[in-house]
Amino acid sequence: MKVLMKGNEAICQGAINAGCKAFFGYPITPQSEIPEYMAKKMETVSGTFIQAESELAAIHMVYGAAATGIRAMTSSSSPGIALKQEGISYLAGADLPCVVVNVSRAGPGLGGILPSQADYFQATRGGGNGDYYLPVYAPSTANEAYELTVKAFDVADMYRTPVMILADGILGQMMEPVEINENEIESKIIEKNWAANGEMDKRPRNVVSSIDLVASGLEEKNLKRFEIYEKIKQNETMVDNGVKNGDTIAIVAYGTPSRIVLNAIDLLKEQGIKAALIRPITLWPYPYEVFANLPDSIDNILVCELSMGQMIEDVKLGVMGKYPVHFFGRCGGVIFTPEEIVEKVIEIESKKSKS
Amino acid sequence: MNVVYEKTRGLTDVPLSYCPGCTHGVIHKIVGEVLVELGILEKTIAIAPVGCSVLAYEYFNCDGIQASHGRAPAVATGVKRAMPDKIVFTYQGDGDLAAIGMSEIVHAAHRGENITVIFVNNAIYGMTGGQMAPTTLNNMKTTTTPKGRTTVVGMPLKVSEMLSQIPSVTYIERVSSHDVANVKKAKISIKKAFTYQMEGKGFSMIEILSSCNIGYNLSPVESLGFIKNAMIPYYPLGVYKDVPND
Repeated sequence: MKVLMKGNEAICQGAINAGCKAFFGYPITPQSEIPEYMAKKMETVSGTFIQAESELAAIHMVYGAAATGIRAMTSSSSPGIALKQEGISYLAGADLPCVVVNVSRAGPGLGGILPSQADYFQATRGGGNGDYYLPVYAPSTANEAYELTVKAFDVADMYRTPVMILADGILGQMMEPVEINENEIESKIIEKNWAANGEMDKRPRNVVSSIDLVASGLEEKNLKRFEIYEKIKQNETMVDNGVKNGDTIAIVAYGTPSRIVLNAIDLLKEQGIKAALIRPITLWPYPYEVFANLPDSIDNILVCELSMGQMIEDVKLGVMGKYPVHFFGRCGGVIFTPEEIVEKVIEIESKKSKS
Repeated sequence: MNVVYEKTRGLTDVPLSYCPGCTHGVIHKIVGEVLVELGILEKTIAIAPVGCSVLAYEYFNCDGIQASHGRAPAVATGVKRAMPDKIVFTYQGDGDLAAIGMSEIVHAAHRGENITVIFVNNAIYGMTGGQMAPTTLNNMKTTTTPKGRTTVVGMPLKVSEMLSQIPSVTYIERVSSHDVANVKKAKISIKKAFTYQMEGKGFSMIEILSSCNIGYNLSPVESLGFIKNAMIPYYPLGVYKDVPND
């Protein structure tokens, strides 16, 4: 069944179809449709919805609900996600599965309400304290937002980790057809024998905690978690790589801005320039390997972001100095046009012909 | 030989990490006893705070969750909403509940969450070495009020009085742990609070005046005297709100 919905609503529907039974939110533009949708829908699936007193309280309600083993979610936008970082670190430290949605907006500080990708560092480098990462999914369409949200709950449960959906204000607000197959959800419900859900009549005592005051004990827990991170890297890295032999420039972009890059690539084709898109779908784990196996025809790499350049650091880590890496970005809520990207590519290509 | 006394099944066998002379031990004991006597131990989830009782989940013999500083009422909200048929309580000190976690406790009370809060008020930050709490008494010397607390930092906060003004709150009582008679009274109040939760009656908080002999730089006995002679006059004991009995 195809349904016309906003990206924000598609995320909600994905969560509901994945069996999310608890949502804790707080209003902030441009994600307020998420708590609004959940306020209507959670009661129809015998779930719980609370509009919390703060972002901080909302993420800790998620911590409590997730500790009992049920599927729980919260959402916010950039400054609100900054507030949630305390709880996200605790969730990571206590190995609790949940989904956190960031429909990002321009910063720093209160910034603006228009779309931005300036939360990349915060999302992919562990925004809170301590050694941890979270799987981060970056959907580029409402349909993909729906699918990746379902997947996010499975990945969260499978590896016992919080998972982030990093969307942007464009995706959140844009309406698109979404293919909803309520009967085809293959959500993997895993038995959570670790949950602190007050069922001691059936099993020994369970404790959920991130504290360990013994240094060697805490180190051991961190090492174990990083073994799981290695498995996530092996099994869950996702990238959409459009580069073919003959292409001369690879343009790297994620989320909805990658669709603007696709328009630029069409325009470049008309001018005889063969460009192709590399679109990371997981931002952590990052698909570094894609840069190791590019065809010989590639001369340059261009990174396009709605920020001052954050993902470019991961691109450089993948490229390892093999290609020149260029950058084009707009920030503050300004969205780049295909023409601006075309201009940047022509500038790169013209320097190549001179050398 | 008859067994006349044994340790409650409500507590584990893990040795308590509290300082000698601290009243946390006796408060743990009466909470554990209540959980056993009400037959709810196996279906209870304890939420531990940050502070001296950070490891409380090690001592209560039920499922436990360790929360971040001040957020225990939000965590308890998530647990209780996910598992409405289970029993959920937070165990929080005055730094955790009355300073960093004031927003979370006020709003859990404001929503009328059907949980029980055990609020242990010893008028000081014990874990971090005896700093001023919102509940520190006037003229009381702490490591961050070396000349004694003055009104420059405000008057000591009366949490039970404050929370009892919130319309959705069901039951608030302040009790003390300074002698056997008061510990027994405290246990009756704690039992009532958990009973209200079992009956779905809503939010309850028991504030227990407690001592920190290390933080006060007094002997354990002198510290109990401090509760009786200095704390109780400022923090009067009694029922501040009891909707089912009104």
